[in-house]
Amino acid sequence: MSRARRSLVGIAATLLLWQGLVFLTGVPSYLLPAPAQVVTTLWTSRSLIAGHTLITLFGVAISLMAGVGLGAATAVVLAASDRLRAVVQPLLIISQTIPIFALAPLLTLWLGYGLGTKVAVAVLVIYFPVTSAFLDAILRTPPGWLELGRVMQAHPRQILWRIRIPAALPGLAIGLRLAAIYAPLGVVLGEWVGSAQGLGYLMLLANGRAKIDLMFAALAVLCLLTYALHLGMETLLRRLPDAESP
Amino acid sequence: MTAPALHLSGEARIGAKSVFGPLSLHVPAGQWTCLLGASGIGKSTLLRLLAGLADGVKFTGSLGAGDGLPLRGRIALMAQNDLLLPWLDCLGNVTLGARLRGTTPDLPRARALLEKVGLAGAAQRRPAQLSGGERQRVALARTLMEDCPVLLLDEPFSALDARTRAQMQDLAARLLAGRTVLMVTHDPAEAVRLGHQLLLMTETGLQPISSPPELPPRRVDDPATLALQGRLLRALMEAA
Repeated sequence: MSRARRSLVGIAATLLLWQGLVFLTGVPSYLLPAPAQVVTTLWTSRSLIAGHTLITLFGVAISLMAGVGLGAATAVVLAASDRLRAVVQPLLIISQTIPIFALAPLLTLWLGYGLGTKVAVAVLVIYFPVTSAFLDAILRTPPGWLELGRVMQAHPRQILWRIRIPAALPGLAIGLRLAAIYAPLGVVLGEWVGSAQGLGYLMLLANGRAKIDLMFAALAVLCLLTYALHLGMETLLRRLPDAESP
Repeated sequence: MTAPALHLSGEARIGAKSVFGPLSLHVPAGQWTCLLGASGIGKSTLLRLLAGLADGVKFTGSLGAGDGLPLRGRIALMAQNDLLLPWLDCLGNVTLGARLRGTTPDLPRARALLEKVGLAGAAQRRPAQLSGGERQRVALARTLMEDCPVLLLDEPFSALDARTRAQMQDLAARLLAGRTVLMVTHDPAEAVRLGHQLLLMTETGLQPISSPPELPPRRVDDPATLALQGRLLRALMEAA
């Protein structure tokens, strides 16, 4: 609780400083609106912002499910086959040198305007951290457990499902934490280049029309959404160990 | 289940480095054989060779069971680390072998074994909720659940406090009676309490040490046992 209170104090202090700076320097509101003005806009444009937020949230939910599902499945498949891993793992790492930013316009070309593009961008962003964190953890099973399995005449598939994967769940959790933070980023990136809806689109639109207060309001909502997602994921992950039953 | 004898004769090396020289080990059927020796002398490698776990070790010689049948599937292993899976409760850990082989675990038998090791009420508890001694009891129950005629023990009680260790020794001796047991230990007191046979592993091979007349598990305060413990410790110190 005291940590939460400290963060609140920090945020309040930043907002006060911002408001003070705008007041003292007299910077025009089309360059930097004061927080109070952003809050006002947030309220007056609430239905507009809420509509776009729902669109973004929908994209985030789909991307998270698809990205985490694909990432976890890839990790399991690669862990099960040494030969496949030898071929695919270097490709995965090389693929990370391609900036997603550069791919986004291409994805728009292929998938068109709308949900497909932004989900594709976000999935590309989420996929690698999930795959990599989970695969690393699956491959790093404590050797004693694997030996126990061998002495017990276990089938390799049973060792994978009953020892390696459960032992690697903390690794998957690391991937999920990253995914929760990256998913909104990926979706907004997709909305910038290939969508006429969502918070990313709204920010770009507001910026183009010099409605900087609206842009800030959308940004604030995006931050809140990301933070809520982070908290939700933490809550979910704290419950996870109890969900594994023998 | 008739317990076979074990034999191993030959030498082992990892790359160009010798792990142990030419030696000959005979473990009589249905009895405890305790293997003592300095650290790094190759006791654990010898045990792992018999367990089929000595990856990367080049062994020249022969090893196997006295009855000539393969050892695979007839061996259970118990190590210093209890190797309990933290996400499974005690019952889940005891029945791990069956689950890993894809067969249906015999739950009533697992419960009965937990009761035998004195953990009747702990079936639903997880390893993190148990003490070190209790965890090693669960590991013993898991080993018994495998119902193998041959047991390889690699210092299973060395991380326990003196009282818990002595109790575990009694429990293991009682529950593993009639099986062929090869135990690697650093502790002369443990070896003289439990071993029908005592073997000292040195650079030159295996040296038999005559065991006290009383049958194991010997009393912790038996004079002959205590005297042998002293002689054994001296032999260990001189061998190193």
